[in-house]
Amino acid sequence: MIFADAFAWLLDPVNWSGGKSIPVRVGIHLLYCLGAVLGASLIAVPLGLYVGHTGRGGVVLVGGSNALRALPTLGLVTFLYLIAGGGTVGVLIGLIVLAVPPILAGAYAGIQDVDRGVVDAARGMGMTGSQRLWRVEVPNALPLLVGGLRNATLQVVATASVAAYVGIETLGRPLLDGLRVLDYGQFVGGAILIAVLAVVLDVVLAGVGRLVVPAGLRLSAAPAGRTRSRRTQRGRREEPVPVESGGSTA
Amino acid sequence: MIEFRDVTKRFDDGTTAVNGLDLVVEAGTITVFVGPSGCGKTTSLRMVNRMIDPTSGTVLVDGEDVLGVDPPTLRRGIGYVIQQAGLFPHRTVLDNVATVPLLTGWTRRKARQRAAELLELVGLPAELGHRYPVQLSGGQQQRVGVARALAADPPVLLMDEPFSAVDPVVREGLQDELLRLQAELDKTIVFVTHDIDEAVRIGDKVAVMRTGGFLAQYAPPAELLTRPADDFVAGFVGKDRGYRSLSFVDSSGVEVAEVATVAEGSASESSPDWRLVVDADKRPQGWVAPDGSVVPGGSLYEVGASIRGALDAALSSPSGLGVVVDAGGHLAGVVTARQVLDVIESRRG
Repeated sequence: MIFADAFAWLLDPVNWSGGKSIPVRVGIHLLYCLGAVLGASLIAVPLGLYVGHTGRGGVVLVGGSNALRALPTLGLVTFLYLIAGGGTVGVLIGLIVLAVPPILAGAYAGIQDVDRGVVDAARGMGMTGSQRLWRVEVPNALPLLVGGLRNATLQVVATASVAAYVGIETLGRPLLDGLRVLDYGQFVGGAILIAVLAVVLDVVLAGVGRLVVPAGLRLSAAPAGRTRSRRTQRGRREEPVPVESGGSTA
Repeated sequence: MIEFRDVTKRFDDGTTAVNGLDLVVEAGTITVFVGPSGCGKTTSLRMVNRMIDPTSGTVLVDGEDVLGVDPPTLRRGIGYVIQQAGLFPHRTVLDNVATVPLLTGWTRRKARQRAAELLELVGLPAELGHRYPVQLSGGQQQRVGVARALAADPPVLLMDEPFSAVDPVVREGLQDELLRLQAELDKTIVFVTHDIDEAVRIGDKVAVMRTGGFLAQYAPPAELLTRPADDFVAGFVGKDRGYRSLSFVDSSGVEVAEVATVAEGSASESSPDWRLVVDADKRPQGWVAPDGSVVPGGSLYEVGASIRGALDAALSSPSGLGVVVDAGGHLAGVVTARQVLDVIESRRG
């Protein structure tokens, strides 16, 4: 059975020590993912915030980011390897190109989706452009922004395997080796590792999201938040909100 | 004081939103801009705090051309309330209200203290301060919006259809609340609405605007109802303006008559006359009909209110006798529609 082979490969002590062991490969894989998401964020977050805030260049941004999506990562990595002569930079650039569109979309849509009335009120109360961006738009964009980061991370984790083509010891290695020698246990074992890594990172980022997204937004996102009695930020039940009685509460 | 001098606003697409507006909003009054959509009422309002700049003409706030002040500074000195409040969803109610004080450099502690005072001022319980906007009803959100606009104690308040997204009962409560606040705070308020009833109810003066950005009439509400400048204003003000104008007629001269009463809960023997049921405190509770059945009463007329209330009390009463109460809700007597109409007639002569 393929899965029995896969688990045998995963549990084989030989694969857990040395320079090409599972922990080393997981580490390298993670390092490339981290670098790619970080690099992509440095480009995409400021750009998305700027375009979302000013409303300028939205069409170009969406078009450009869709064009990036169309680039095949494997081809790009191979191409960059050939012209740059080294693996690391080419792989990183390839993964960054992959990660930019979802992060850009998250940042841009996050800002764009902030209620127009809220932005209007911020302006009307005398916030400057940057105060409005940092104090109102960015906090309200965080759910979509974090969503974009999660998307990008998932894609990068899955795709960082291609680095193995240019000789880097990521979790793509067991996939390539397994295929080459028809060792399906190793092949599926590698795939399982990648999947587990993706899920773990996604859970971690979901947790980060819970920490950074303001409580007032989590309340409105929760399905129960639409009803009359609502949870407070501390999660305990509060008294139901008193219903308006024609304004005679004074 | 806010002054519009020959103000015109043309948008890039060629539409003229405001056309040669000349208008003075007196200090310490509520001026309502009212009109159908596309009449330029909101555009006019937004030119006061430079959310929009005029194509030509001058807007002055307390004698100073607003174009000479940089927008953030100008806006921090002018309260701003919009439809559906526009509260910041990520901030607590208290921090929402503290927004402008914090922008102008107050310490957080002082700003929050001020915010708590304002919540009380607009009639919200203090514990609401720690909730988030999404946890409030529409009417409560709107009150927070008003508190937020008042936080830095600006002399001028701009209100852009602030109550149009709440249901009629809540809206009426909010209007009363605004009038109460205004009596206390004496702000210069510009209020935009498409609802002529709201305009007439809360405005010291009402500017009726017409599609294309023209000012059709600028007058106190009573004058608008009794002497509309043209057919457009007459049509916009509505069919029953004769009746509604009675809101602005005082009721001096209306004689209050006595009425037979029965105590609440006492056995009701038949009698040829309608008798008023009162409780131990002399508060009206309904009527006993000649056949002995108990029926609910009509609207109550409080002594000193406009003559419209007196007429409505008489018209809505099952006995034809309008019940008059004093400020404490205790029975003062009754009036008939004929009496009230006679007073109205004699006023004309």
